[in-house]
Amino acid sequence: MIEWTTFLLLLSAATPILFAALGETIAERAGVLNLGVEGMMITGALAGFAAAHATGSPMAGFVAGAVAGAALSLIFGGLTQYLLTNQVATGLALTMFGLGLTAMFGKPYEGVKAPSMAGGPLGINWVIWLGLVLVPVTWLILNRTRPGLILRGVGENHDAAHALGYKVRGTRMAAIAIGGALAGVGGAYVSIATVLQWTEGMTAGAGWIALAIVVFAGWSPWGVLAGAWLFGGVTVLQLRLQAAGVAVPVQLLSMAPYLATIIVLVIISARHKYAGGGGTAPGSLGRSFHALR
Amino acid sequence: MLRLEPRTAAPWWLGIVSPVMAVVATMIVGGLLFALMGFDPVASIRTIFWDPLFGPAAGYSRPQLLVKAGPLILIASGLAIGFRAGIWNIGAEGQYIIGGICGAAVALAAYPAEGFWIFPAMVLAGAAGGWAWGMIPAILRNRTGASEILVSLMLVYVAQRVAAWMAFGPMRNPEGFGMPGSRNLQQYPPASNPELIAGTGIHWGVIAAALAVLATWFLMSRHIRGFRIRVAGLAPRAARFAGVRPETLVAFCLGLSGALAGMAGLFEVAGPGGQITDSFGSGYGFTAIIVAFLGRLHPLGILLAGLLMALTYIGGELAQLMLSLPAATVQVFQGMLLFFLLAFDTLTRYRLRWGTAR
Repeated sequence: MIEWTTFLLLLSAATPILFAALGETIAERAGVLNLGVEGMMITGALAGFAAAHATGSPMAGFVAGAVAGAALSLIFGGLTQYLLTNQVATGLALTMFGLGLTAMFGKPYEGVKAPSMAGGPLGINWVIWLGLVLVPVTWLILNRTRPGLILRGVGENHDAAHALGYKVRGTRMAAIAIGGALAGVGGAYVSIATVLQWTEGMTAGAGWIALAIVVFAGWSPWGVLAGAWLFGGVTVLQLRLQAAGVAVPVQLLSMAPYLATIIVLVIISARHKYAGGGGTAPGSLGRSFHALR
Repeated sequence: MLRLEPRTAAPWWLGIVSPVMAVVATMIVGGLLFALMGFDPVASIRTIFWDPLFGPAAGYSRPQLLVKAGPLILIASGLAIGFRAGIWNIGAEGQYIIGGICGAAVALAAYPAEGFWIFPAMVLAGAAGGWAWGMIPAILRNRTGASEILVSLMLVYVAQRVAAWMAFGPMRNPEGFGMPGSRNLQQYPPASNPELIAGTGIHWGVIAAALAVLATWFLMSRHIRGFRIRVAGLAPRAARFAGVRPETLVAFCLGLSGALAGMAGLFEVAGPGGQITDSFGSGYGFTAIIVAFLGRLHPLGILLAGLLMALTYIGGELAQLMLSLPAATVQVFQGMLLFFLLAFDTLTRYRLRWGTAR
C-alpha cells in the first residue's frame, strides 16, 4: 500500500517532466523536434528562481520561467523555421547555450534559499494541480478543437496543410513557443519547489527524459501523464532506497531514472517496430518546411 | 520580401567562408554581451582569442592548445562520420568517461608492475570501453528502433555516475587518506601519458588525433565504406537500393566514434587529468559535437575547428584570471557559435532573393 505522502512525493517528482513533456508533445504534434528541452528547462529554472527570489512570490517565478523558456525557444524557432536549419543540431545548440547562459548568470544565486510555496488542496500545491489539469486540456485542444486539428495537420503533412492554405510556419512557431513556456515552468518547478535553491546544471537531464517520455507516450497527453508518473515513481523509489540505507552505493541508485528511461524507450520502440509501421510519430516530424509557391 | 531559394550547387568557397563568418559573428555578439555585463569588449575578445597565442604569457598557454585540441579532434573525427550518415551519437561524453575508466582499470590492476605492455594495453582497454558504450545505443537502435540520440545521451548520465562510484568506491586510492579519486597515473611511469616533446603539449593523444584525422580522411574520400556512409546520409533510399545495410552503418558509426572517444578519455586520464575523479567528464564530448559541425564534418576542417575551440578554452581561463570574466563564458560562446554556424550554413544551401516568388 502506497502511503499518501509517498504519492505526494511522486506527484512532485513527476511535475517538471510532465510540463516539459506536454510542451514537447505539442511541438512534436506540429512536426517540430526540439531537442533543446534541457536548455529551456534550465533557463526556466534560473529565471524562475531569480524572479521568485527578487519578488518573494513563487507565482512570479513560474511566470518568469515560462517567459524565459518561450524566449529561448524562439531562437530555435527562428533558426529552424525561417533559416531552415537542421532541427537536431539546432536543438543541441539550444541545450548547450541554455546550460552555458545559466552557468554564467546563475553564480550570484548559489546558496540562496527560495521563497516558500503555499500548499494547496489535499496538500498538493497549485502548480501540480495546474500540470494535472493541463493533461485533459491539451488532449481536448489537440483532438477536439479546430486549432488543434490544424496543428496536427501541419505536423502530419506540412505540404498538404500548406496547400490547404494553413500557415505552417506560424502554427509551428506558436507550438514551439508554447513548448518552450511549458519547459520553462517545468524547470522553474525544479528550482522553486523541489530543490529549493539554484545549482548549476540542476535539471540533470530532466529535459532529455521528457523527450523520451513523449516517445513512450505515443505523442498523447494521457501517455505523457503515465510516463511522468512512472518516472516520478522510479525517482521516489530510488530516494526511499537511499534513505533506507540499502547496501548499494548511492551513485548506482541514482542511475535508476536514466536506466528506466532507456528501458521504457526500448520496450515502446520495439512494440512499434514489431507491430509494423513506424509507430505513431507525426508524419512530418523533424523535417524542414520550405514553401516554393 | 526576402526569401530563400534552394541552390543546386554551392560555390566551393562558401563552405570555407560560412564558418569564418560564424566565428566573426560570435566575436561581435560576444563582445556586445561582455559590454552589457560591464566588461571592456575589445580587451575581453583579445584575451580570449589573441593573448593565449601571442600575449605576454603565451609561452605557458601555447602548449595547452594541443593538450585541449587533442581529445576534441579525436572525438570529433569519429562523430563527424556518423553525422554524415544521419546517425546522431551525442553521447560521446559518456564513451569518453567509460574509456577513461577502462584504461585506468588496466593500470590500477597492473600497479605496481613495470612493463612496456601496460600503456598499449590501456589504450586498447580505453578504446574497447568506449566502443562497448557506443554499441549499446547501436544495438538497441538496430534491434528495437530506439532513438540513438536519447539512448546515447542517457548513457552520459549513467557514465557520470559510474565515474563517481569508481572514485568513491572500487578505484579509490588506498594511499589517498580517504580522499575520493583513484591513484594518480602521472606518478606511475609505465601507465602515464607524458608530454613527449617538452614545451609543445604533444602527448600520445595528440598523435592519435593527428592519425585519426588522416584515417578518417582516407575512409571518407578513398574507401568504399566512406562512400556508402555519404550516400546513406544524402539519399537513404538510394543507398538501400545500392545494397547498403543501415544496421551495419549504425553499428560501424557508433562503434567507431565510441572507440575514438574512449581513447580520448584514456589519454586524458593517463596524461593531463591523471586520475579518475567524480567529475572526470569535462564536457569534451559535447564540445566535440560543435567541433564536428564547425569543421563542416570534414577531417581537415575538424583539425582547424578543434584548434579554435581549444583556443576558446584556454582564452576563457585566461580571461577568468585576468579580467575575472565568469568561467561559463566559454560555454556560452560555444553555444552561440553553433547557432551562428547553423544560420550561416543556410547560405550555402539557399540563395537569398529579394521579391515574391514567381
